[in-house]
Amino acid sequence: MIDNRLLFDYVLRLADSDLVLAQRLGEWVGKGPALEEDIASTNVALDLLGQARLWLAYAGEIEARDAPPGRTEDRLAYFRDSSEFRNLLLVEQPNGNYADTLARQFLFDHWHLLTIGALTRSRDARIAAIATKAVKEVRYHVDRSSHWVVRLGDGTDESHARMQAALDALWMYTGELFAVDATERALIDAGVAADVQALEAPWQTAVRDALSEATLDVPTDQWMQGARSRGGKQGVHTEHLSHLLAEMQALPRTYPEARW
Amino acid sequence: MSAEWPLWEVFIRSQHGLAHKHVGSLHAPDAEMAIRNARDVYTRRNEGISIWVARSADIHASSPGDRAPLFEPSNDKVYRHPTFFPMPEEVKHI
Repeated sequence: MIDNRLLFDYVLRLADSDLVLAQRLGEWVGKGPALEEDIASTNVALDLLGQARLWLAYAGEIEARDAPPGRTEDRLAYFRDSSEFRNLLLVEQPNGNYADTLARQFLFDHWHLLTIGALTRSRDARIAAIATKAVKEVRYHVDRSSHWVVRLGDGTDESHARMQAALDALWMYTGELFAVDATERALIDAGVAADVQALEAPWQTAVRDALSEATLDVPTDQWMQGARSRGGKQGVHTEHLSHLLAEMQALPRTYPEARW
Repeated sequence: MSAEWPLWEVFIRSQHGLAHKHVGSLHAPDAEMAIRNARDVYTRRNEGISIWVARSADIHASSPGDRAPLFEPSNDKVYRHPTFFPMPEEVKHI
């Protein structure tokens, strides 16, 4: 028997990483380096937002099993504070320059594809269905961000230097992608959650292959947000998340009855 | 950045059996990126199944000044139009 509180927590992790990254990408709207790129990154943001909605709606239904009626997707997105968010620390990092944004996307996308791929085989039928729907979108995201990492890495001296600096700065947040805590362990053992520990090796291979093609160095080992430390998945965030949420939640919190 | 990128013309085929149709233009550094950009700019609402791109500089156009000699001679030749045949309702795209 699956504990609904654990399942709720896990589905929120999936939802919040999508939601926060979508919001980050949304900050580029109207400011992209080229009109075409502006639209392309917004497409990715909308894909992620769509996935976040499916996860949030499911989280609300799980919550309703023990405490009906459960929160709606809007309620969960707009009326939780940063300590209640369960997203990865990687996705809340600021956009920086375009290399920073694409490096963040690249590191996340490869993790996302492996995770979503594993979730298509989840014993929870709803999780498997959402993952199956999302996997095509995520495959395109991986293709796009990897392509850009290679272009910028193997581009001019300046684009190479910026992409390398971006990867070096974000690398410490990749440890968390593969950290498994008690919540995830219980759901992995139940065949519900993705066993991210097993995904680290294929992630390393995919990332290293792309970096080698991009003539970029794999960042040197450094302190990692990992299994023993509490991070985004446990609600302990960097300062950046509160600022992001303040902007994202301002309108519904000021006008709770606002309608489109 | 886009100021340095050349212009490309985009052609999309919306379904099997139809020809590629010009839908617009965009900037991109090379053909591969042009196709990617075209996917994101012009097929967001499920418009296409195939994309062609061509450098705008490689497209040669007829001159507007030549309109009369090029096109007017066909105006008075109604027998070139297949209007004298009954067409079955089911036949599309002709």
